[in-house]
Amino acid sequence: MSHADDHQGSRRDFLYYATAGTATVAAGAAVWPLIDQMNPSADVRAMSSIRVDISSVEEGTQLTVKWLGKPVFIRHRSPEDIAHARADDNADLVDPHARNDNLGPDADASDANRTLDKEGKWLVVMGVCTHLGCVPLGNGAGDYHGWYCPCHGSHYDAAARIRRGPAPRNLQVPVAAFVDDTTIKLG
Amino acid sequence: MSGIPHDHYEPKTRFEKWLHERLPIVALAYDTLMIPTPKNLNWWWIWGIVLAFALVMQIVTGIILVMHYTPHVDLAFASVEHIMRDVNGGHMLRYVHANGASLFFFAVYIHIFRGLFYGSYKSPREVTWIIGMLIYLAMMATGFLGYVLPWGQMSFWGATVITGLFGAIPFIGPDIQTWLLGGPAVDNAALNRFFSLHYLLPFVIAALVAVHIWAFHTTGNNNPTGVEVRRGSKEEAEKDTLPFWPYFVIKDLFALALVLLVFFAIVGFMPNFFGEPDNYIEANPLATPAHIVPEWYFLPFYAILRAFTADVWAVQFASFITGGIIDAKFFGVLAMFGAIIVIALAPWLDTSKTRSGAYRPAFKWWFRLLVIDFIVLMWVGSRGTNHPYDYISLIGATYWFAYFLVILPVLGLVEKAKTPPATIEEDFIHHYPEASGSAAE
Amino acid sequence: MIRKLTLAAVAALALTPGSAFANEGGGKYGHVEDYAFSFEGPFGTYDQKQLQRGLKVYTEVCSACHGLKYVPLRTLADKGGPGYTEDEVRAYAAEHFTVYDPEADDDRPAIPSDHFPAVTGDAAGPDLSLMAKARAGFHGPYGTGLNQLFRGIGGAEYIRAYLLGFTGEESEVAGQSLYENMAFPTGWVRMPPQLEDGLVEYDDGTKATAEQMATDVAAFLMWTAEPKMMQRKHAGVLAVSLLLLLSVMLYLTNKKLWYPIKHGGKQANL
Repeated sequence: MSHADDHQGSRRDFLYYATAGTATVAAGAAVWPLIDQMNPSADVRAMSSIRVDISSVEEGTQLTVKWLGKPVFIRHRSPEDIAHARADDNADLVDPHARNDNLGPDADASDANRTLDKEGKWLVVMGVCTHLGCVPLGNGAGDYHGWYCPCHGSHYDAAARIRRGPAPRNLQVPVAAFVDDTTIKLG
Repeated sequence: MSGIPHDHYEPKTRFEKWLHERLPIVALAYDTLMIPTPKNLNWWWIWGIVLAFALVMQIVTGIILVMHYTPHVDLAFASVEHIMRDVNGGHMLRYVHANGASLFFFAVYIHIFRGLFYGSYKSPREVTWIIGMLIYLAMMATGFLGYVLPWGQMSFWGATVITGLFGAIPFIGPDIQTWLLGGPAVDNAALNRFFSLHYLLPFVIAALVAVHIWAFHTTGNNNPTGVEVRRGSKEEAEKDTLPFWPYFVIKDLFALALVLLVFFAIVGFMPNFFGEPDNYIEANPLATPAHIVPEWYFLPFYAILRAFTADVWAVQFASFITGGIIDAKFFGVLAMFGAIIVIALAPWLDTSKTRSGAYRPAFKWWFRLLVIDFIVLMWVGSRGTNHPYDYISLIGATYWFAYFLVILPVLGLVEKAKTPPATIEEDFIHHYPEASGSAAE
Repeated sequence: MIRKLTLAAVAALALTPGSAFANEGGGKYGHVEDYAFSFEGPFGTYDQKQLQRGLKVYTEVCSACHGLKYVPLRTLADKGGPGYTEDEVRAYAAEHFTVYDPEADDDRPAIPSDHFPAVTGDAAGPDLSLMAKARAGFHGPYGTGLNQLFRGIGGAEYIRAYLLGFTGEESEVAGQSLYENMAFPTGWVRMPPQLEDGLVEYDDGTKATAEQMATDVAAFLMWTAEPKMMQRKHAGVLAVSLLLLLSVMLYLTNKKLWYPIKHGGKQANL
């Protein structure tokens, strides 16, 4: 085989590879939208963050709102609730972690790490029992002045920490923040 | 099978042999891909690939649109807007699908007219031709059903008018129309069944396409000369043919890329050009838009439907003979379906011994006139029915039938055709004189 | 019922040519003047300031009778649209619109995830969400619509021409006032003229002439009808460029591949 033929061969190969490469890129560009369309659409994404008006939530009561398809408990705690919860900081906690999406994973489960504000008046938790996903009963239910899950008997205290029963973790605190004095933003 | 002699797949490794004895699927793929193809095919032969691509594109984008679409009269229109506004890339997917129908029909019309010119319908390719026409009918049904789904004004009134055609059938028409719609008018029942059938039919088309390809792989492709590939021996056949891969695959892909270039320019920059503005108004059974017009690809046959009014003598004659059973409305419906059936009957209507129109001097002119007739019918179908459009559509419709029923049979008997080259190789060398050079290296 | 609907449809067909949209052919009415909007052509984009002005005209004038029920309020903050911040959209929604909340069984101020409300009732006009795509401004030559190749379908132009097309003539038919409008195909419309100079006060200091307002609200309604126009054109440019490159590559490959076949075994010099 002559040198010229060799040269010719490699140039032909280059053209073929370049064409195949371009075709692959074009095919990839066409396929991506076909995959991406199954991701959440703009209307669904718009609901990933909602604002909740809490001006009408009386002290000692709880507001339940639906967020991301799940219930969220927004509890305006009374001084007794706060006292109970803070007193239990030193009790024997089943789950020692804060489980608060606004804090790091290492935060401990003290009441201050669970509530939204410094005084501890506002507690926002997902209304989903960490055992099998039932919705716990609130308003001081259970043996620890907090929540009680009727499905399998898990007791949560006034800071929504698991104290007794099969549930493994404290109720999750979602990403939440005060926008102003009467509005909480979830997500 | 009387195929063109060529190399067949030979399993080499132990696994290939093992698989081949159980399922010769690799052999099927190999023989399909390496099928000997006449080397003189010109650029009119690229539309098959475009059609195959369009079918896949429509099925893929269609399945995706279904993930976001809601077939209910209260929600359909809004769900399409949801796709256009909220779904990631949904606006492109929907515009590709909507304009994809236009691409599909554009390609199929060129494909059909190519067959009509080069005599691809003639023996021994009648079955390929008939299956092709079935595909075309299924495409028309799919296109019509799909156009109803966005539930705009044109969707609704188009569905009302087209199903009304079935109501023209004597005696049982109204019952058939009610059965088709699932009620006295186009409503939720109709929308749901149209949705179901619109999803089903493309898979029927895909199956028919497989049979279509099977049929012409059995007879071999036609080619611009209409001369058959020599089949005496493999060596002889190889002088007339080249394997489909890579020669025709690359050629077809190049053409496909160019076609898609234009297609995506339309989708990207003028996606509503082929659409009707009225379909952006939600369906309203109480108000007919001022201007009902089918999609452009139905217009020629729509023009034929409307051409035969009660004052045409043929209609009066038919009405007289049948004692009024065939009225103008039913005559129009028969004419429309007849206009498609005569295409399917072309293999038996054409009496010419010469297959390719390229060697038939008089035929060429009649064929050109047919193409012009088709375009004129398309234009007149978008116009009204008053003067002079009624005359134009009547003349156009008459020529359409005359071409198939009179010109094709008679011309074959009286025309003196030129002699085509003896072989495909000869034709190829005529175009590329150097090709005869030292083929042996 | 079927017969009635079919008859109505057939009757409509019969009326098609002369009556409905015969603008290019010399009829007195239905004249739509071309206007060079910023969003025309393959690279045209929406003018953010213009969309904001158009929203103001819609809010203060049109929204009394016309809804935008397919348009989510949150999209006012989308890129390529009016481009407000999320807080501005929230304030705008709460200030101007209330929606019915089925859970609370009561009306509440609108929030960004709501849509612009629909307007119903006797005085309500058609919903404007898609109006710019539901009307075509250009139909010629000879009704083929081919001039849309160069000018677009002209929905925004139609809206602009419609708003500016009132002659001031008024007539009464069957107890209903009709107003003469040169842009409307049949010439007489139910909607009274709306725009007059200085009707709204633009935040950006643009002088609010009737023509300015008509142009701005037409642009805004084009955006409500086709909010993804910019993304679509980007995708179009990307697809066309890729396919152009691919076509060239495939052309060369094809030429090279066939060269020996067409030239007696000689290789192409590519």
